[in-house]
Amino acid sequence: MTSLRLFFVGGLMSYRALFHWLTPWVLIPSFLIAPLFQILLFVYIGRAAGLESDRFYVIGNAIQYASIPCLFAMGNAIAGERWQQTLGPVLATPARRLPLFLGRTLPVIGNGMLVAAFALGVGTLMLGIRLPASSLGPLAITIVVSTASCTGLGLVNAAIGLRVREVAVLSNILFGLLLLFCGVNVPLDELPGWMSTVAQGLPMTHGIEAARRLADGETLGGVAGLLGAEAVVGGAFAIVGYALLRFMEWESRRLATLERA
Amino acid sequence: MKTLRLLALGWGLHFKMLSRSAFDGVLGVMWPLFFATIAFFMFRAGGGGATLLYAALGASVMGIWSATAVAASSALQRERWQGTLELLVAAPSHFSLVLLPITLAMATIGVYSMAATLLWGRFLFGIEIHLEHPLLFVLAVPVTVGSIGMLGFLLSVTVVRYRTAWALGNAFEYPVWLVCGFLVPLSLLPGWVRPISWALAPTWGIRAIREAALGGAPVADLAICAGLGACYAAAGILLVETVLRSARAHASLSLS
Repeated sequence: MTSLRLFFVGGLMSYRALFHWLTPWVLIPSFLIAPLFQILLFVYIGRAAGLESDRFYVIGNAIQYASIPCLFAMGNAIAGERWQQTLGPVLATPARRLPLFLGRTLPVIGNGMLVAAFALGVGTLMLGIRLPASSLGPLAITIVVSTASCTGLGLVNAAIGLRVREVAVLSNILFGLLLLFCGVNVPLDELPGWMSTVAQGLPMTHGIEAARRLADGETLGGVAGLLGAEAVVGGAFAIVGYALLRFMEWESRRLATLERA
Repeated sequence: MKTLRLLALGWGLHFKMLSRSAFDGVLGVMWPLFFATIAFFMFRAGGGGATLLYAALGASVMGIWSATAVAASSALQRERWQGTLELLVAAPSHFSLVLLPITLAMATIGVYSMAATLLWGRFLFGIEIHLEHPLLFVLAVPVTVGSIGMLGFLLSVTVVRYRTAWALGNAFEYPVWLVCGFLVPLSLLPGWVRPISWALAPTWGIRAIREAALGGAPVADLAICAGLGACYAAAGILLVETVLRSARAHASLSLS
């Protein structure tokens, strides 16, 4: 029961206390306006380049933009403890680490889902794109899986943030890498072979591909393999992230670097 | 002479500080490279060599705006956090002479990004840069940097009462890239967008840079770019007075 309370209540409290983007003055420009302009930017570049349809860019960018909360909020929700001088007391508690750290991912996943759903909904309306009604439910599932998977990468980012000072810089670089590698704006077969290969091991790649196929009329069963791959990639990142968190905690005690920011 | 010295010293000091910042320096150079690379792949997959050069020039100027937008919008907030805003306001020099070099230094950081993007395009994508009018190109770059710096100055003054102005600056990044035609010809955008593009100096700056590089008559574009930059500076100076008077009257200089 304590672990469950720590997972749900502790996770939500940390998210509210440590993620400073929840004020409307940050939330609206960062989560509502910016993704729409990212979509518009690439839709128009795509039209100028004559590469893919508007739908390709709307789906890709709407889902990929969920990585902003997944990376930044996750970084804040864990590495932010160090800035608030609360990391020491948190790690000094006997609380079980698994619910302590993983509980913080739940609100982040919720945040990412809402951002992706908003960007996809408004993006399609703005550009007059029609999605089959039957695809909406499966698309929602795809967004959940993709966001959860990217939060795994966010956990790795947060763990590194316990040692690296510039979490915002690292989060931006990871965001840029996802944008470049995951077939968001350039079809994977147009990328060099090594980039397509790397993309297979990154969150978002399979989720975006699944969403595009669903929008083309594919059934949920037809993209189950892609969603499974997305979940496996996310799960692997989550395990690495958790292991890295434990390692950083142990290292920071050994080297007395816990509060070195 | 005293004014020029103040501007030069302020510019040098802030340029050095920004160059050593991981966010403004390192990320400032890397961030536009992601977008430039995507644009290169997109244009290469869909178009020819001439389009790639068009994209390379546009992408190189994107970095100047990126370096300015977020940093300029949070310039005053940063002084506030450092506890230096009151001292700067209380100094006998006009506050705009203190603020202008900060935003100019931010735009100058973008030149790193510009050079990095052009080199990236040259060595990774084989995009050769032929300059039809090298002298005009060399002139177009500082004029564009200066005008974008002035736009940053106006932005920083406009959002002085906005506590989380960095988020607003962040949100301005994509729209300006799009509306100013860095990677997309303005003719592709809806007609109602064009007056907005014309009011933004980067539109004329990138047009001048492209015409200097690819051939054309960039002088008129350069003149408009410089003129708009001067208008932003004048508007910013007038606004500084109003904002500071209000902040002093309401004792809110350090509270926003």
